[in-house]
Amino acid sequence: MEYLVIIISTIFINNIVLAKFLGICPFLGVSKNTSTAVGMGGAVIFVMVISTIMTYLVQHYILIPLDIAYMQTVTYILVIAFLVQVVEIVLKKVSPDLYQALGVYLPLITTNCTILGVAILVIQNNFNLLESVIFAIGNSVGFTLAIALFSSLREQLDTADLPEYMQGIPAALITASILSMAFMGFAGLV
Amino acid sequence: MATIKSSFLNLLVTLTVITLLAGLSLGYVYQWTKAPIAKAQMEKQLRAIQGVISGYDNNPVTEQYKVATPDGKDSLEFFPAKAKGELIGIAVKTKSSKGYSGDVWLMVGFDINGNIQRIVVIEHKETPGLGSKMSSPKFLDQFFGKNPTQMILKVKKDGGDVDAITGATISSRAFSEAVQVAYDTFQSQNHGND
Amino acid sequence: MATTNYKENFLNGIIKENPVFVLLLGCCPTLGVTSSAINGIGMGAATAFVLVMSNLAIALVKNVIPDKVRIPAFIVIIAAFVTVVQLLMEAYTPALNEQLGLFIPLIVVNCIVLGRAEAFASRNTVFASMLDGLGMGIGFTLALTLLGTIRELLGSLSVFGVKLVDADGMLVFILAPGAFITLGFIIAVMTWLKKRKPAHS
Repeated sequence: MEYLVIIISTIFINNIVLAKFLGICPFLGVSKNTSTAVGMGGAVIFVMVISTIMTYLVQHYILIPLDIAYMQTVTYILVIAFLVQVVEIVLKKVSPDLYQALGVYLPLITTNCTILGVAILVIQNNFNLLESVIFAIGNSVGFTLAIALFSSLREQLDTADLPEYMQGIPAALITASILSMAFMGFAGLV
Repeated sequence: MATIKSSFLNLLVTLTVITLLAGLSLGYVYQWTKAPIAKAQMEKQLRAIQGVISGYDNNPVTEQYKVATPDGKDSLEFFPAKAKGELIGIAVKTKSSKGYSGDVWLMVGFDINGNIQRIVVIEHKETPGLGSKMSSPKFLDQFFGKNPTQMILKVKKDGGDVDAITGATISSRAFSEAVQVAYDTFQSQNHGND
Repeated sequence: MATTNYKENFLNGIIKENPVFVLLLGCCPTLGVTSSAINGIGMGAATAFVLVMSNLAIALVKNVIPDKVRIPAFIVIIAAFVTVVQLLMEAYTPALNEQLGLFIPLIVVNCIVLGRAEAFASRNTVFASMLDGLGMGIGFTLALTLLGTIRELLGSLSVFGVKLVDADGMLVFILAPGAFITLGFIIAVMTWLKKRKPAHS
């Protein structure tokens, strides 16, 4: 039951993009086209779950026993960078189409604050491994949901007649704020 | 830009050297900041304790001890407040994980009879303007001087006596739960001493 | 000649290529910690420190790092400085540290830092890189402070922590949606200002 609460709160109530402000760069950058957005979301789900497991293990089996918890930032980002490299290589071989579609956005997952953010949050919230994995799944699905919704909104926005200075990013941001407000409505869910 | 060949050995060596250098420097900075960090944390505790119990002359932080919660899943820090060697109250650092955005940490001051003195919110991630109102006197005042055997520590919606914050029921629930756990642990320790 | 370049280097990050309003980098902390002006300044200062130091370090070692491993190497260097900031803030500014929370370690994935390392520090002199880092850092801080001041004024009716009126402001501004709206409008205003003056570059 606890696990269901984690899933619902990470996807809807404390949505990682719309409430926690992580992953804004890809949120604004990759959301012009819904299929690219969904592809990005899928990649994030994959990378986030695996990186959360790996960083969790690093924290509990290396950093804490050796009392070098201050190395968290350095080791975590190394793990994530390494993982993204591996994903790139694997994706190139297994699904060249998706690799092409994601293009430059794939290495950008390394600097995606959601990945590092979730890895750190899992430790701060004192989750065990299973809770961490569920938290990671929930957050990455929440990210995908937010980015997919947002990109379909933006596709609509592109057809609207807006004053010149509002076009593009300003309109997108204001749309994002309304989307964020909408998600705040999930507050009483759990 | 780089004047060293990109052979695999070079890659490995460079990365290892950089990481080692980083690690060593950080280790140094860590040792250097260890004391100030500990001091900052102790000052934070002391301030919280001062906010919930008055009239003591010892250092409750140095005399702190841990007591297991009745359900055995956690342990809370107890800070004994003494005047002239005699116990006048205990500040209990308690928490609830059921906050809207995460853990809610409180410092609850009890007198030796279990009456709540004052409560201070140490840490929370609740929504500003909503759950964050749990730090305001308007919400906190209702607990002062009350004994949990007479004031049921649940929000009124759940059949208790706590006046929840409008629009922040979850935060109010978490707050009440944290106070309840503190009281239960306090009581369990008292009875252990009888 | 060299002096003009340095001045340009420095001012570049503040106005012409302001990381937040022009380059649209570093959006996460821009939205995440600007619920008050002081938070904005604190975050900006911490990031500026990392920018200057990592630009310095990277410009120093750029010639001994093989090309293929340069991104991971830069990241480790940046991460090290971010950790230094984390430790220093935990020790000396604990209240601010708590306010900024997760966003401090997240400086390491702030696109501005890696972006400047890659675009500038890896190809320029040490001094120029430091100036660039400083300029970007100041530009970032100004952007965050602007955003933070507006949000704090409208949302909590206070300025730099000093309450103006004893009432609640428009809460939405210190909540998530408010961040989006405020940034959106600021960029809209800036675009409008830029388009109004075609004579200036």
